[in-house]
Amino acid sequence: MKRIAAALVLLILVVLGTAACSGDGDARTLVVYNAQHEQLLEEIAPKFEKKTGIKVELRNGSDTELGAQLIQEGKASPADVFLTENTPAMSAVERAGLLAPLEPATTEPIPAPYRPTSGLWTGFVARSTVLVYNPSKISADALPASILDLAKPEWKGKVSFSPTGADFQAIVAAVLDLKGEDATRAWLQGLKANGTVYDGNNVVLESVNSGEVATGIEYHYYWYRDQAESGENSNDSKLYFFGNQDPGAFISISGAGVLKNADHPKEAQEFVAYLTSKEGQQALADSYALEYPLNPAVSLAPPVKPFSELQPPTVAVSDLDGDKVVELLSDAGFVL
Amino acid sequence: MVLVLLGALVAATSLLPLGFVVVSTAELGPADAWELLTRPRFDDLLWNTTRLLVGGVALSVVLGVGCAWMVVRTDLPRARLWHGVLCAPLAVPAFVNGYGWISTTHAVQSAWGAVLVVSLSYYPLVYLPTVAALSRLDSSVEDVAASLGAGVWSSFFRVVLPAISPAVLGGALLVGLHLLGEYGALQLLNYPTLTTGILDQYRLSFNGPAATMLALVLVAFCLLLLGLELLARGQRRRSRVGSGVARTATRHALGRSAGGWIGALLLLATLSLGVPLVSLVRWLVHGSSSSLPGGDLGSALTTTLGLAVAGGLLATVAALPVAWLAVRHRGALATVIERAVYPANALPGIVVALALVTISIRSVPALYQTVPLLVVGYVILFLPRAAVGVRSTLELAPPHLEDVATSLGCTRAGAARRVTLPLVLPGLAASMALVSLAVGTELTATLLLAPIGTSTLATEFWSRASAVEYGAAAPFALALIILAVPATWLLGRAAVTRSPGRIA
Repeated sequence: MKRIAAALVLLILVVLGTAACSGDGDARTLVVYNAQHEQLLEEIAPKFEKKTGIKVELRNGSDTELGAQLIQEGKASPADVFLTENTPAMSAVERAGLLAPLEPATTEPIPAPYRPTSGLWTGFVARSTVLVYNPSKISADALPASILDLAKPEWKGKVSFSPTGADFQAIVAAVLDLKGEDATRAWLQGLKANGTVYDGNNVVLESVNSGEVATGIEYHYYWYRDQAESGENSNDSKLYFFGNQDPGAFISISGAGVLKNADHPKEAQEFVAYLTSKEGQQALADSYALEYPLNPAVSLAPPVKPFSELQPPTVAVSDLDGDKVVELLSDAGFVL
Repeated sequence: MVLVLLGALVAATSLLPLGFVVVSTAELGPADAWELLTRPRFDDLLWNTTRLLVGGVALSVVLGVGCAWMVVRTDLPRARLWHGVLCAPLAVPAFVNGYGWISTTHAVQSAWGAVLVVSLSYYPLVYLPTVAALSRLDSSVEDVAASLGAGVWSSFFRVVLPAISPAVLGGALLVGLHLLGEYGALQLLNYPTLTTGILDQYRLSFNGPAATMLALVLVAFCLLLLGLELLARGQRRRSRVGSGVARTATRHALGRSAGGWIGALLLLATLSLGVPLVSLVRWLVHGSSSSLPGGDLGSALTTTLGLAVAGGLLATVAALPVAWLAVRHRGALATVIERAVYPANALPGIVVALALVTISIRSVPALYQTVPLLVVGYVILFLPRAAVGVRSTLELAPPHLEDVATSLGCTRAGAARRVTLPLVLPGLAASMALVSLAVGTELTATLLLAPIGTSTLATEFWSRASAVEYGAAAPFALALIILAVPATWLLGRAAVTRSPGRIA
C-alpha cells in the first residue's frame, strides 16, 4: 500500500514538475499582459522574437480584468508590459503609479493626440466606432445622424451592443467626456430600453448579419476582418460611420506601457519601441487585425475606410474615466 | 497519526472555498453588501437564475423519470439500445451542446431556450438513478395497489413515485447544482445568470467585491437546494421488509400508443443528440477548408491529458487517507474529516476558482498563476467523486483478510501486496479515471486558473466558440466529446449492472 502511494506521489510530482517548468525561467522571456486580441499578438510577437531573440509570453484577458489584476498584484506582478484595447484601463494603471516612463524615441513616432502628455504609455493602434446594420432590416437613409439618437423610442428593438466589453465601455466614456454625466445617463437608460445585449462584438456582428437585430454598435474591424476571412458573418450587413465629430465617430486608442516593477525593463522598452516603430507598425497593418496604425509612415490597405477620412470628436486620451463608466453602466442595470 | 494529519490537510483544503466565502462576506460588511444586492442588475440575475433552476429541474425530472419508466417498466422494444441513447447526452458537455444549438438557430436565445438546452444536457442525471431505483423496486406493492382498484397512473403517483423519490430527488439536486454552476452553455445562449454574472464582473474588475458578493449568493442557492432536498426526502422508511426475493416487475404493455411513445423518444434523441452532433459534423466539414488547427489541437490535447492525469491521481491520493480513516478507524474525528470533503461537491467551479485566485494572491503569491494551483482547484472540485469511489473500494478489503494472510505465513507487506492491493487497485483506477474525465472537460474554473500559456481543449474550444468562430471550434468540440464517452459508458453501465437482467 505504502509503496503504491509513494509511487503515485512520485508520478504526480513528475507531472506537476514538468508542467510547472514549461512556464517560466528564461531570463530573456518577457511577460506581456495582453488585453489586445490574442490572435494579433500571436502574429506580432514571433516577428519581435525573430528580430531580437527575446521571447514573449502572453497572459491574455480583457482590459478591465488585467488592469484590475495589475493593480491588485502591485509590485509582485510578473508583468513586464501591459497592452490594452482601449485607454481607460491603461489610465487606471497609470494612476496607480505602476508605469515606467517610455523612452522618448518610442513615443516620438506617434502623433501627440494619441498618447498621454505624461509619457508613461503610448497608443499603438486605433479603432473607429461604427454602426453595423442589416440592409434587409433597415434602409441606409433611416440610419441616425448621431449615436445618441439610438436612445430615442423609435429605435426600440433595433439596436444591439456588448456592454460587458471594454470596447463599448470606452465608447460610453467618450460620450461621458463629450456630453456630460446627465446626458450619458439618459442615453444609457434609452439604450437599456431599446437594445439587445450580447456578449462580445463578434456576437453583435453575427446577430446583425443574420437579421436577429437591425443594427449594432461596435468597432470597425470586426466587419472588415470577417470580410477578409470568409464573409460568413458579415456579407449580409454593412458598415455605417458616424461623421461630424459625433460621439459615435469616436476613435479609441489601444495603449502599450512598461511596468515600473518589470523584471525585464530593457526588453520591455524594446518591445514597446518595436510596436511604435515603422517596422512594427507595418507588421500590425499587414496583420489580420485591420486596426489603424498610428505611425503616420504606415497606413492600412483598402478596402478599410482610410484613417484620414474619419471625422472623430476630440477626446484627450487620458480623460476617459473607466470607473465612472462602470458606475453609470451599473446604475443603468447593464452590470452589477 | 500521520494519516490523521494528512486527512485533516485534505479536509482543510476542501473547505478553503467555503472559508473564502464566509471570510469575504464578513469583510464586505452589511452596508456594502446591501448596496450591491439592491443594484438593478442583481434583480435580473436572480430572476434568471431562479426560473432557469425551476424550469430546468422540472423539465429534467419529467424527462428523466418518464424515460426511466419507459425503459424499465414498459414493453418498449429495444430497451437496452434506448438506455444507451438516453445516457449518451452526458458525453456531450453542456457548453458543446449550447454551441451546437446556437450555431444552428438563434431561437434558443431566450429563457425557454436556455431551459430546453440545459435540460437536454442534464436530464440523464435524473434518468440514471431513477433507472437504478426502478429496476430494484419490488413491484408487489403495485400489485397491492392494483388489487385495491388503483389504475396505472394512480399507482405510479401514489406508490411508485414515493418509493423511488430518493433517487429522483438526488438526481434533481444534481441537476440543480449543475445548473447553478453552468457557464459555457448559458453564455453562448446569451442567458445571464449569477454564474455568468460572476465572470462578467471578473472581467470588469478582477476579483472585486461584486464578484465575491455574487459568489456568496450562488453558494446560498446551493445550500438552499441541499436543504430542500433533505426536507423533501424526509424520514419515511422505504426499505423492503419481508423474506424472499423481490419479484420481477411486470412490464406494462404500451399497446396501440407504442408508436407515439417511440416517436417521443425519437424526438428527445433528436433534440439532445441529433442537433449538437449534426451541427458539429456540419462545422467540421465546413470549417476544415479555412482553418484546421493541427498544432493547437495537439498541444491542447497534451495539456488536457497531463492535467487530467495529474488531477485524477492527486484527487485519488488525497481521497486515500480520508477514506482509509473512515473505513479502518471509524470515529468522530474520521467522520468530521470525511464529511468536510463533500460540501465542495455542491460548489460551482467558478466559486472554487475565485476563492483560489483571491487566497493565492493574498497569501501565497508564488502559487498564483501556476499549474499546481490549477490542479488543486480540480482536486477540490472533484475530490468528492474520488472519495466515494475510494471509500467503497476500501470497504472491499476488510482488515481480517490481511490477518488471515499473515496467519498463513505472509509478511505484513506481502499481505498488503498480494491480498489488499489486487482488491483495491481496480477501484482506485476507476476513481482516478472518473476524476480525470471530469477534469478533461472542465471549463469554468480552468478559464480563471489556467496560468500563462496553458490552454486545454475546453479553453481552446471556448476562445473560438465565444468569438463566433464555429468552424474553428468544431475539432475541439469533437475531442471533448470523445474524451467524455468513457465516463458516460461507465455511468450508464453502473445504473443497470447492479440489477442484471432488468433491462431487456
